[in-house]
Amino acid sequence: MTLIRAEDLTLGYETGVVAEHISFTVEEGDYLCIIGENGSGKSTLIKALLKLREPMGGALRFDGGLSAREIGYLPQQTQVQRDFPASVREIVQSGCQGRCGLRPFYRKEEKQLAADNMERMGIADLADRCYRELSGGQQQRVLLARALCATQKLLLLDEPVTGLDPHVTAQLYALIEQLNKEGLTVIMVSHDVTAAVRYASHILHIGRENFFGTKEEFLESRIGRVFFAEEGGKADV
Amino acid sequence: MFEQIGYYLSYSFAQRALAAAVLTALSSSLLGVTLVLKRFSFIGDGLSHVAFGAMAIATVLQFDNTMIIVLPITVLSAVLLLWTGRNRRVKGDAALAMISVAALAFGYLIMNIFSASSNLTGDVCSTLFGAYSILTLEASDVWICAVLSVVVVGVFVLLYHKIFAVTFDENFATATGTRANLYNLLIAVIIAVVIVMAMNLVGSLLISALVIFPALSAMRVFKSFKSVTISSAVISVVCAFAGVMISLIAGTPAGSTIVAVDVIVFFGFCAAGWLRDRSGMRA
Repeated sequence: MTLIRAEDLTLGYETGVVAEHISFTVEEGDYLCIIGENGSGKSTLIKALLKLREPMGGALRFDGGLSAREIGYLPQQTQVQRDFPASVREIVQSGCQGRCGLRPFYRKEEKQLAADNMERMGIADLADRCYRELSGGQQQRVLLARALCATQKLLLLDEPVTGLDPHVTAQLYALIEQLNKEGLTVIMVSHDVTAAVRYASHILHIGRENFFGTKEEFLESRIGRVFFAEEGGKADV
Repeated sequence: MFEQIGYYLSYSFAQRALAAAVLTALSSSLLGVTLVLKRFSFIGDGLSHVAFGAMAIATVLQFDNTMIIVLPITVLSAVLLLWTGRNRRVKGDAALAMISVAALAFGYLIMNIFSASSNLTGDVCSTLFGAYSILTLEASDVWICAVLSVVVVGVFVLLYHKIFAVTFDENFATATGTRANLYNLLIAVIIAVVIVMAMNLVGSLLISALVIFPALSAMRVFKSFKSVTISSAVISVVCAFAGVMISLIAGTPAGSTIVAVDVIVFFGFCAAGWLRDRSGMRA
């Protein structure tokens, strides 16, 4: 089933257009990687997908009636979060907020859901620890567990491995791959093209030249070949 | 000393002052964490100046109960500031600075031109730094204080998890279906109410201290949102109680005494947090 259908999107701010002529579709179960240089509009596209910012032109349709309460989001970290006094459990539970609506307190099921997702991300033993004292990799797992509390369908990841060491990066990618295999649709913004090609089923490249297609089509495409020529032909996929 | 405290506590004016101070301190401490972390502290400061201007108008119009004017104006300004300040941080900051100094200037002007009072400097000073009149509170003042603090605490408890979600990560909250704008608005309204409550106690220049110091103290030592919130409420109430007692015994102004106690406690917590980090213990 098609979840998202984007046709000829134009993205930008008041100051000008950041990216245009973006078209793609996301089917249930896909693993879409959005790649492109810094400033090419990747994060703006994520904001449009999250309905935080309206696209300037084109159409963005959520076909299966995908509502905000079915989306999980792993944002880039903000400064506020680095000072925030919060335990891991408090943060993961806040992922259930969307399904609470106006209800002020968490139900038993929601607390259980948070506990299950902490288990799933291997951070159950950190539940009472302070978020700002964790390592970068642990923090990302916490935010991933929170995102999983918010969604059963679609996970959006904005540069999830920024600032992580290679070992932790590989672990996080494996974790995301596992979630995708369990049936979650994944959209990930990344500038790590090698990883994108290794894990994704579809690639969207935005920049001076846009590309959308399956991973295999990307490797055959002109842009794909340029990328891997630059990287010394290490496309061992 | 305890005899002296007991002696003062037997007087109803002291009881009223303590009740009002404790209730105000409790309400003002709750949103401290949110204000500090959302970089909203400047809104609190600006609003307190607006409240000063409103107070000047109310004084000149000779309202018996100034809150009838001050509360709506401050709440309205809170809503407007949050509305116009969104997504345009710099403009919001500038607008706020403009409004807050303008309110101060016009407030003083109005009091100067129209005031019938013989002690103008005293009036202005007590509006800015809190009144001795905390010792001349009527029972009705304490009741208003009690009602407002029940409202503030009640709303805070009901919105506790939403406030956490919106403060920790507004984008995530919005994207996953929480109405962050609505809750930001409610936060601003609560701040406005707290500021109006605190006007009488510590005066408009010292309100921010009452809101921010307990939260900052608690954040030095405690590590979860819940423990920080609870402990900043406790710190705030204890400081307010101690401040009023000291001001009764030593004859100092209540508002600045409370704030001074808050500041001393803050340095105490800094030292405690530093010592604990050094010894490598974890909460």
